[in-house]
Formats: sequence, C-alpha cells, structure tokens
Amino acid sequence: MTYAIQATGLSKRYGETVALHSVDLEVPAGTVLGLLGPNGAGKTTAVRILATLAGPDGGEARVLGHDVVKEAGRVRELIGLTGQFAAIDELLSGVENLMFIGRLLGLSRAESRRVAVDLLERFGLAEAADRSAKTYSGGMRRRLDLAACLVGAPKVIFLDEPTTGLDPNARDQLWEIIRGEVARGVTILLTTQYLEEADQLADDIVVIDRGSVVAQGTPQTLKQEVGRPTLLVRPVDSARLDRVADIVTEVAGEHTRDERFVKTRVNDTGILPAVVRRLDDAGIEVAELSIREPSLDEVFKQLTTENPESTKKVTTP
Amino acid sequence: MTTVAPADAPADAPAARPRRTGVLRQSGTVAWRQLVQIKHSPETLLEVGIQPVMFVFMFAFVLAGAMAGSRHAYLQFAVPGLIVQSTVLITARTAIGLNTDVTKGLFDRLRSLPISRTAPLIGRIAADFVMLLWSIALLLGFSILLSFRVTTHWYQLAPMLLLVWVFSFSLSWAAILAGLKASSPENVQALAFGIMLPLTFLSDSFVVAKTMPGWLQAIVKVNPVTMLADSIRGMLVGGPVAEPVTKTLIACAVLLVAFVPLTLRAYHRER
Ligand SMILES: Nc1ncnc2c1ncn2[C@@H]1O[C@H](COP(=O)(O)OP(=O)(O)OP(=O)(O)O)[C@@H](O)[C@H]1O
Ligand SMILES: [Mg+2]
Repeated sequence: MTYAIQATGLSKRYGETVALHSVDLEVPAGTVLGLLGPNGAGKTTAVRILATLAGPDGGEARVLGHDVVKEAGRVRELIGLTGQFAAIDELLSGVENLMFIGRLLGLSRAESRRVAVDLLERFGLAEAADRSAKTYSGGMRRRLDLAACLVGAPKVIFLDEPTTGLDPNARDQLWEIIRGEVARGVTILLTTQYLEEADQLADDIVVIDRGSVVAQGTPQTLKQEVGRPTLLVRPVDSARLDRVADIVTEVAGEHTRDERFVKTRVNDTGILPAVVRRLDDAGIEVAELSIREPSLDEVFKQLTTENPESTKKVTTP
Repeated sequence: MTTVAPADAPADAPAARPRRTGVLRQSGTVAWRQLVQIKHSPETLLEVGIQPVMFVFMFAFVLAGAMAGSRHAYLQFAVPGLIVQSTVLITARTAIGLNTDVTKGLFDRLRSLPISRTAPLIGRIAADFVMLLWSIALLLGFSILLSFRVTTHWYQLAPMLLLVWVFSFSLSWAAILAGLKASSPENVQALAFGIMLPLTFLSDSFVVAKTMPGWLQAIVKVNPVTMLADSIRGMLVGGPVAEPVTKTLIACAVLLVAFVPLTLRAYHRER
C-alpha cells in the first residue's frame, strides 16, 4: 500500500491543553480521508502539522514520503492548504488573488493569468473574476479560497472544514469541486464536523475527540460497527415489560429498558421473526415493534460523548 | 510500510508545479499585490496623503504665527519634522497590514507555499516604502506651494531619502513585531497611536527643544525622531549634518540589534 499521508504518534500540546495525543493517520494515494471531530478535537492542529505550519511535539508525519519537519520545503511544493477561515485578500479581485499565488509560485504573468482564469471558470466564479473579493458571498469566498490552494497543482490537499457556514447549495457545489479533484488523482484530507459530509466524500473516516482517535474505518463499517440498529418492543400491557425483556435477552443477548420500551442493539435484523414468534408464544400483545437504523449523528455523538475515556476503538482491517 | 509518491501525477492539472524562484521575485510579487490593492481602493492614496497635507496646512496657517513669526520661517523648521512623522506613520501601516494578513489567515497560506519565508516581509516593507515616497512627495509639493524652500541643494533630496529609508527599514522591525503579536488590526492601530504619535511630538520635529522643560529636553535628545528631523533639516535647509546623521545611524543600528532577533523569532515561531 502506498500512502500519500502517513502519520504516526502525532502529539501536540499547547500549555496544559493536549491538542493531539498520539494520533496515527494513513491516507492511501488518491483517496479522501475525512477527519471528523467536534469543536476542539484537534482537527486544525493535525492539519497545521501536516501542512508544515506547526511542528509536532511527538511523532512524525510524511507527505508523499517527505518528512513534514525535516523536509518542510519539499512538502510545501506538493501540498495545497485551505484553512478553516477563508484566506483571501479582500482588496484584490478574484483573478488577482489567484495570480498572486501563481506568481509567487514562479509562473509568468501570462501563465498565472491563464491558470487563474481557468480555475475561476471551473469554480463558477468567472463572472465575478474582476470584482474585488470583499464583494463576494461566503460561498464564493470559500470557492476562491479552494481555487487558491489548487493554483500550484498540488498532489495532496488539506481542507479544514471546507463547508462550514455554507448553505446546502453552496455546499453541494463545493462537494462537486472536491470530487473533481479526487477524480484527477489528488489525495485529500478534509476535516469536518458533519458526518454526512464525511459520508459523502470520504473513503475513510477517522474520528477524533479531545486529541485522540476514537474510531476509524469506512463510513459503512462505522455505521455498522458502532451504530448498530436498535430493536424496540412496546407491549400493550406495560406490566409485561419484564417478560418481554427476558425474551429479548434470550434472543439478542442483552437489553435496556425504560417505562414503555425494551430496547436492544442488534447485529442481525434476522432475529426479528424469532422475537415476534417468542412474544406470540408467550401470549404478549405488542403495541409496537420496530427496528430503528442508527443515524450517523447518533454514531458521532456516541463516539464523541459517550466515551469520556476515549477508549472505544473500532478499527477495520 | 513505506510511503511512496504516486507514480502518476494528476493528468490535466492547471499547471505543472512551477519552478522555484528567487526571494527577490517573490518579494516583488508581494509588493505588487499591495500596490494592486491601491487600484481597488484608491482612497488609500488619499488616506496616506491627506495626513501630511493637513499638517502642513495647519502648521502654515494656524501655528506659524505663534511659533516662528512667519509662515515661511516655521515651515522651514517644521517640514523636516513632518517628513519624519510621515515615515513613522507609514511604519504603522506596515504593522496594520501585516496583522490583517496574520489574523485573516492569508499569512498561513503564504507559509504553506514553497517560497522564501522572508519574502512576505521584504515585499511589504518595499511596498510601504513606495507609499512613503508618495506621501513625502505630496508633503514637499504642498509645502513648496506654501513657501517652503530647499535652501541647500535639490540633490540633497537623494541622501535624505536614503536616510529616511534606512530609518523606516529599521523601525519596520518593531512594527512587524507588533503586527505579528497583536490580536487584531484595531489593536495595532491603537498601539501605533499610543506610541508613535507621542514619539513624534516628544521630539524637536515641530518645536525647538530649548522651549521645553529640562527633563523633557533629555527625552527629546535621545529620541531617534529628533535625530532624523535634525538630519533632514541639515540636509534641506542648512545646519549640521554629520552629527545628526551619525546619531540617526546609531539609533537605527540600536533598533535593528534590538528588534531583528526578537522579530525573527516571533516570525519563525508557529502560531
Ligand atoms: N495556538 C494555540 N494556543 C493554545 N491552544 C490551542 C492553540 N491551537 C489550538 N489550541 C487548543 O488545542 C485544542 C485543539 O484545537 P483545534 O483548533 O485543533 O481544534 P479543532 O478540532 O480544529 O476545533 P474546531 O472544530 O473548533 O475548529 C483546543 O482545545 C484548542 O483550544
Ligand atoms: Mg479547527
């Protein structure tokens, strides 16, 4: 397996705050890794280290084989960074913003203009190309920001919360652009607070919370492994909840209950007929019996709040 | 497990990864960007120019009578001081502009590019020097309309500009430190007015030091602004030159020794 980004044991503290604690990341070339976590999880810290803006206190990281500390200059030639907040010059027009980056990278005036115009075209900003960026909407700024990180045709790009604060339309547009880059063979590490975004874009997801990895895997396995579907049974007569609980435990192995429901996480929805049959045999009248699929948000909440010690590691092979 | 670069580069990338260029060209690009900003907000030229012009006007018509008896006599004294004030205020612009880049995140983008780390600083200093030239040109032009005269030789403007440049370059390092450290451009502005304006008034830029109380004279004497104002006076309207210029250069050296290491450390430290 060749990895475009590989980090082992990355650690970083700011005074008393442990921003990252021994984080491992592996991103195969040409794929998208979604780094997922709530506020303060350490997403930006990880991106800054990988993009050579900050040095790790421990561990090491390589981008396309180059050490981000010892070969920072080499790494900078290969990456593009779009930070959490749009880094554009509001006093310049869209074209000038991109030409600025192009010329810094050594393109001639004509080349840099051509690249700028191409990118603006691709990002749907052609009409606003000559307007100063302070007149841009939030979504346009984000797109310009992303365009700026592509001027140098990077092979690896880091996107820190690229769609935060965008309306659904602008978000979809940005997703399309990101997919386009992936299709070109670019490797992407993107951070997000939204599972849906990771689900849409990422080949693999790493969930971090308070600086540590709490889960990782494909979107599919995460949903399956962490958020198994829940079976809910509500008897008509709540006096019979005890009996229902026994039956559910016999079939599914465990249960939780409240005043009205008996619930259990199920691995295999095939147990449903068995439960129905056993309840029937026991003569229990059922008011409600259902399977609820886990929502991604539940998975996320479960991972990032229900495990204060951050010990629940789900790793897929 | 080894990490290997993918063999195939993106097929139709917008451009081949460009070649490395020198720090000079990169600095030039950073300066270019700042001058292009002016194209979009030409009022910047006015902002930078209006302050010295207002001062000349005020000095010529409001203060001149009380200070020196005649407009001409006072302008001959005060214009060199105003040149120094412009220099100091442009340095404040350097700090504010830099801080805007830092707080807006543009600075991080520049740091993630394969360019020289000092190019963003050098480019900014260069662009702000162009602004300084503009403001000095306005200042001199307007002063001359109101009867200021260069009584030595016109060619004295050249060494004067050189000295002004050395001074502004040296002071820039302090400004850059402020720009890197402050949490917002507004804070830099406040800092600039809190430090730089008093600095220009606690000098003999506008008032002969002899009229001040003794303790104040002591401050005025060691104020680099005084040294530069005296140098410019000597160069443009006559008087001692060698001594104030030497003092100015020493003051610049002190500024550089004090701030270059501090500023570079702050600059290279991650944020
Ligand atoms: N420069 C800094 N100085 C001090 N503490 C910092 C600094 N940068 C980050 N931290 C702390 O490190 C932790 C991780 O921050 P980080 O910005 O990486 O989180 P994040 O996942 O990007 O959060 P968000 O979703 O809010 O952007 C936080 O507790 C933060 O307060
Ligand atoms: Mg962040």
